[in-house]
Parts: sequence; C-alpha cells; structure tokens
Amino acid sequence: MRRRPLSLPWAWIGLGCGLAFLWLPVVLLVVYAFSADRIPFQWGGFSLRWFEALAANGRLLEAAWLSLRVALGAASLATLLGGALGWVLARHGPFRGRAILGGLAGAPLVLPDVVIGLSLLLLFVLLEGATGWPAERGALTILLAHATIGAAYAAVLAQARLAEMEPELEDAARDLGAGPATAFLTVTLPLMAPSLLAGWLLAFTLSLDDVVVASFVSGPAGTTLPMVIFSMLRLGLTPEVNALAVVILGLAGLAGGLGLLALRLLRRR
Amino acid sequence: MPAIPPLLSLRGLVKRFGDHLALDGLDLDVAPGEFLTLLGGSGSGKSTLLRVIAGFETADAGRLDLAGQDLAPLPPHARPLNMMFQSYALFPHLSVAANIAYGLRRDGVPRAERERRVAGALALVGLEGLEGRMPQRLSGGQRQRVALARALVKRPRLLLLDEPLGALDAHLRERTGFELRALQRATGAAFIMVTHDQQEALSLADRVAVLEAGRLVQQGPPRAVYERPATRFVAGFLGGANVLEGRPDGRGGFDCPALGVALRPAALPAATTALALRPERIARATAAGENTVEGVVEEVAFRGDDSLLLVRAGGGALLRVGHAEEDGPPPPRGAVLRLGWEAAALVPLAA
Amino acid sequence: MRATPAALLTRLLPAAWLLALVAAPLLLVLAIALSWPADGVPPFTLPWSGGQGSEGRGANPEAFALILGDGFYGGAFLGSVQAAGATAALCLLLGFPMALGIVRAGPAWRGPLLLAMLLPFWTGFLPRLGAWIGILRDEGWINGVLLSLGLIEAPLPLLYSTPALLLGMLHAYLPFAVLPLYASLSRLDPALEEAAADLGAGRWTAFATVTLPLVAPGAAAAFLLVFIPAAGEYVIPELLGPPGAQMVGRVLWQEFFQNRDWPVAAALAVLLLLALLLPILLFQRLEARR
Repeated sequence: MRRRPLSLPWAWIGLGCGLAFLWLPVVLLVVYAFSADRIPFQWGGFSLRWFEALAANGRLLEAAWLSLRVALGAASLATLLGGALGWVLARHGPFRGRAILGGLAGAPLVLPDVVIGLSLLLLFVLLEGATGWPAERGALTILLAHATIGAAYAAVLAQARLAEMEPELEDAARDLGAGPATAFLTVTLPLMAPSLLAGWLLAFTLSLDDVVVASFVSGPAGTTLPMVIFSMLRLGLTPEVNALAVVILGLAGLAGGLGLLALRLLRRR
Repeated sequence: MPAIPPLLSLRGLVKRFGDHLALDGLDLDVAPGEFLTLLGGSGSGKSTLLRVIAGFETADAGRLDLAGQDLAPLPPHARPLNMMFQSYALFPHLSVAANIAYGLRRDGVPRAERERRVAGALALVGLEGLEGRMPQRLSGGQRQRVALARALVKRPRLLLLDEPLGALDAHLRERTGFELRALQRATGAAFIMVTHDQQEALSLADRVAVLEAGRLVQQGPPRAVYERPATRFVAGFLGGANVLEGRPDGRGGFDCPALGVALRPAALPAATTALALRPERIARATAAGENTVEGVVEEVAFRGDDSLLLVRAGGGALLRVGHAEEDGPPPPRGAVLRLGWEAAALVPLAA
Repeated sequence: MRATPAALLTRLLPAAWLLALVAAPLLLVLAIALSWPADGVPPFTLPWSGGQGSEGRGANPEAFALILGDGFYGGAFLGSVQAAGATAALCLLLGFPMALGIVRAGPAWRGPLLLAMLLPFWTGFLPRLGAWIGILRDEGWINGVLLSLGLIEAPLPLLYSTPALLLGMLHAYLPFAVLPLYASLSRLDPALEEAAADLGAGRWTAFATVTLPLVAPGAAAAFLLVFIPAAGEYVIPELLGPPGAQMVGRVLWQEFFQNRDWPVAAALAVLLLLALLLPILLFQRLEARR
C-alpha cells in the first residue's frame, strides 16, 4: 500500500457528513413518494397513488413535453455553437477579437440567472417591437435562451478537451495528406466527441432544471415543467412533486447510464 | 558533393518569431537516399527547420525546392514528404492498422492495396499481430515503430524525423538507431533527423549538419566534423574538446596563456583564435618539449571504458584528459602529470 | 493558422450569436435602466429615442436615483452579499474535507465518490428544494419525528428562516465548491508533503505550509464560483428564506413581475453586475492562471 503523508480522520468525517447531507433529502423524497399520506413526508402506508395522480395531471404532462422538446433543441444547438467556440478558442491561435469572443463565450457562466433572463426578455420585447418577431414568446424564446447558456458550458468542455490533445495530431493528419477539412473531420472531431457528448448532456440538464430564465423569456404560451413545479412549491407542497422527482431520477439515471456507456465506448475505441 | 542534383534544396531560409530569429539565412542540400542529421542545442532552430520543410511554418524569406519543385505554395498535405513527430502524434482514436492506413486513405488507395501495404509496413517495423491494438496500449518502443510505419507507408522520397529516439529508454536507443539506419537503406528514402544527442548524430548519419542560432555552422561526414570542428561551438558540442584560447606568435607557434606554454600545431592559419584538442588525443609525455604541459590531477571520473581526468595546467587552464583502461589504473588526485599530444591533434578554430 | 473561409465562418457565426444574445441584451439592460416610464407594453420609452414623453430629454437617471436613495435596496444588496458570502464560506468549510477525502481515497475510489456526490442532482433542482420544504416545515418530517417521540410539544418554526435559506443554498452549491478544490488537490504532487516531512515539518506543519498555500488559488476559485451565482439567487430565498429578508435577485424579480417597473429592475441588474464585476474578474484571472 502507498504510504499516505497524512491520514486525516477529519477529511473522512467531512466526506461522510457531506455525502449524507447531499443524499438525505433525496432518500427521503424517494421513500415518501410511495407513502399514501396526503401530507408529504408523513408515512401513511405504501401506495402508488401519487404516481397515478401524476399520470392524470394534464397540465404537468403538457409542461413536461414542452420542457423535453426545448431541452433537446437547446442542448443540440448549444453543442453545435459551444463546440465551434471551443475549437476556435483552442485551435485558431491569436486572432483579432479573440479576447472579446472568449469573454462573451464565458459570460453566461458568471452572469446571475435573473440578469440573463431579464436581458434576453428585453431583447425579445424590443425585437418584437421593431420587427414583429418573435410574435409570441414561448418554446422558441426559451430554447434560444437555454442554447446560449448551454453553449457557454459546452465551449468550456470542448476547449478543455482540445487543450489536452496535442496539436501535433492535426499536424500529423495534414502531413499524411489530409486537407484542413478532412483533418478536422477525421481527427479533431472524433477527439472532441466525448466533450461534445458531455456538453450536450450538461446543456440538456441545465435546460430541464431552469426556472428563472424560462420565467422571464416565456409568455403565456410557454409553461415549462420547472415553472409548474415552482408554482406547486409556492402554493403548497403535494406528494405529487415527490413522485415526479422519482420519475425524473429514474429517467436521468437511465439517460446518465446510457451517456456514461457511450462515453466509455468512445474512449475505448 | 557529387554532381547528382539534390533532392531537397534550401536557399537563404529566414524564419522570425516576433523578435527572435529562428532561422537566419540557412542554406542546405540533401541528396537522394542520404541520411542527414541536424544537430543542435535547444533553440538552435532545428525543429523549426523541420516544420518549415513540412509546411507547418511559412518561411519569411528563402526558397525550398524538392526534386526541382518549389514547395512554398504547397500546403502541408500536398507536400510529397512525410514527418515523424517527436511525440509520435499517434491518433488515439484509431487502431495501429488504422493509424498506418490513414495516409493511404487520404490518397484514395484502394482497400486491397491499402491492406497489403499496411501489412508490409507492420512487417517492416516488426509489429505483426498488433494491428488491432489502440495506441494507448502500446509500449514506448512500439509507438515509435507505429509512427515510423505510418510515415513510411506512403513511400516518401524524404522523411523528416524529429528526435525519433528522444522518448525511448537508453537501452532501446542504440538498437532502434541501427534499425532506423537499416530501414533507411531498405526504403531508399532520404532521412533528415533532428537530434540534440551527438552520439546519435555521429553514429547514424551519412552527413552531420550542426545548427547554431539558426545558422548552419558546419556540415560534413561525421568523422570529418568530429575531427576537424570548425568553430568553438562545434568543438565543445561534439565530444567535449578542450578549447585553448590564444593567438599565433608569428613563428609557427600558438601562444596560449592559460596553458602557460606555446603550442605548435601542424597547420596554423593566420586568423586562428583558438585551438581544439580532444581529450582522447592527450597522452602521457616522457620528456618536456613542444606540445607538452605539466599539470595536477584535480578530479578522476570513471566512465566504464575509460576515465576522464580534470588536470590543472600551470597557466590555470583545466584540461579534460582521457585515460584508457588498458593503460592501467588512472593516477590518483593530486598526482603531477606531464601530458603531450601530436601536432596534428591541435585543430585551429577561426570562430 | 491561416484563416480559410470555413474557419472564418466558424468564427463569425458563434461571434454573431454571442453579440446578439449576450452582448446586445446586456447593453439593452443598461439602456432600459436609463429609460422613461410610459403607459403600455413595454412600459417604457428608450432614452434618446424621442418617443412619447421623452422629447428633448436624454437619459433618465431616476431608476438609479431611486435605488441608491432608498435604504430598502441597499439592504437587499447587503443581504445578498451576506447570504452569498456565508454560503460560499460554508461550502468551503464542508467542501474542503470532502475534496481532500475524495483525493486521498485513491484513484480507484475517486470516480465513484465524485459520482456519489453528483448523483443526488439528478432529481432536479426544484424537487430537492421541495424535499427540504417537506423536511423543515411545521408539519414536515423533522417536526413529525420530534413530535411523535414526544421531544417537543409544538412544531419548531424551521422553514422560512435564515438557517433554512443557508441549508438550501449549501445543498445546491456544495458541488460547485468541491469540484475546483478536488481539481487543485488532485494536481498536487504527494511527494511535496513527504519532502516537507523529510525537511522536519510535522504533519500539520507540512499541511499548513505546503498543501494549503498551493491549494489557495483553487479555494479562491471555489469561493467565487459559489459566491457569484449565489449573490443573484432568486429561487432558494423565495422558497426557503424568511419573507422579510430581501436579496437582490428576489427584489429584481418583484420589481419586474409584480410592480412591472422595468427600468428599476434593469437598474438593479446593472448594479448587481457592477457589484459582481470584481469577483468575476478575479475568478477569470484565477481560471486563466491554471
């Protein structure tokens, strides 16, 4: 066994406490999702009634469907944009405007949600006044906002991945007869793939989790799942939220498992 | 050089990075099928020169011709030469076979021929059976061979090698060096190998070119460069010669104050400012006379096949002196020695 | 790299996107913070626009004047800084031993432990906050357990308090602190502490004189990575915090959605950005150095 310079009991205690703290609400939430009691987090015997109530809640299902579509579109757009940005920032060397581009690309990472939401809403309102577009705020405006935020994260991941790949790989491809486009498609893009996938998953998750930005840029036509849950939480907790969380956890677990599997396959190959 | 036209001809190459002059008006010819090593310290411009030839850097001035064709307008992928990178730059997402086949695919070589040539290249570097492996699961020596096979499979007339042995363990280097030499002979391609290791440069090359600060300071067959260094830099860089500063005394001798005696070289051009004297050319002298000096042994370093002595001469100079094993045990520290050498061992240096 | 047309296009398209959806909106916020109130939708006219009610007038400083003159807004800024600072400090305090524990657990355990830390986030941000509401409120889990054990007679008022707010913030932001700390701790050469021990430093001295100084930039990055978003947080104070305690994000939201005072909301956003500018620049410097 490797000798540890410091075996720190307090580090282990801290790790244990931290993980327990992070897991506590999740465990309780999963357990009590199956409680029959009307009051959440009180045990009233095993029951699936809240899952049934969930399945019958049309407003919630509609919102979930909208959120899913927005998240799929926003994540894909964010990956495209972020991937291009990460590549440009990592591989194009110094060019005019690079610092500004890098600053703008990173800005959504450090701007508070309320500021992003407000600023984009003002843009959409003024655009509508000037050009008539977007005539209605909803799925499309939320998608554009989420894609902008997601692109910042995707760009960071792509840039970090490219930074750890030696630039000689692209030189080698050029030397072996690949033109710039071929070198990009056969070497750079496959090497970026894991970071693009991770960026897509992150942008997807961020979109599904966001309530603040969506509340700002959405109109009466677009109510996303987090917006519905938020109003449920403000008006009074119901066990339906727990059941919903279990469903989300299950789906996220499935998607995450598939994502990890895909990442592993990409790395192995 | 015989009168065959050169394969590669470089004239007046200049490359600047900001204020730094990486290549300073460099001229160089490489004959077909020649093994040339470019020797130089770090920052001498040797890697920049390779990257300019391969097309990854654009020269600010000068001409590059390959077999009579101007290379300057050609992007890297259109240049009929290949490069082996110092880091090997193996594509981590492709298997050994796919790495080697990469260049053939780009040329549109049909599948059957591609497979045949990949198999041939693998056999050439002795890696049969590893075609399906991923680069991460290869040893350092195997990676080096894959990189070599990948560069050679396109049958270039000119192969550029950037420190091809630098990343290998010491015990692999000699063997791999001989294999490189054999491959070069078997393929008939011209090799330009960049190295900072003088042993490697001398043992593998047909011709050695020494770079210093972006200039070519000397070139020639390894033995000639080693025995007749042209500058202080070459004398010190190759074999660690003693550089004795001084000036001709006008009577065929050379005043060297640090040694405290006058030297008498076999030839002495008027512009000589120093003489080079290799450690292994210094022997014990039986009597005082021309080209002898007395000194005290300050350090003795055992090196396996010989020992190196540091001897303080009367004038204050510290001489590196070789002591062969067959001459018995080396003298102890503090011993007073009388040393001598042949007049021909003193090589005049102009710069 | 020579800019081929395709390469130029990959530069220009994202640049155009960022200019339109990041730079332009931020400038608009500033413009609207300086606009004139008006009837209708949107409820303002742009400065220097010459529109209805703004003839001959330039920018309108009233929104800024209102915010800077009214102690209510100043209190909200102070509340945000306090809550964000306390959250970041708590995250470092709990996050440092966690990161150290994960790094020292050895390479085979690092992946699973990091995953164990991130897995709870797969339930979604809002349901987790819902769980805290369910745990903390009067008829919630803690009070239910305590009541049934007979330890208390009446439910404790746990929810809608500053501790509840900080608990929720800590839960949401803890991984943001652990990850940069983990990154800088895992880059540390273990031989450094051994070298310090070899030179006569005791365990704690080696830790304090070698490890801590080397991790300091990572710790600063972790602090800022929590502080910056926490300062603008709206949802957590709204759901868990005391009703009276105001934070900027919450006030901005109320000005916008309830009072429909867009210029004041925009002016708040501008001032929030100005307040965060220093931490943001500091954070970017720290990131650039790594």
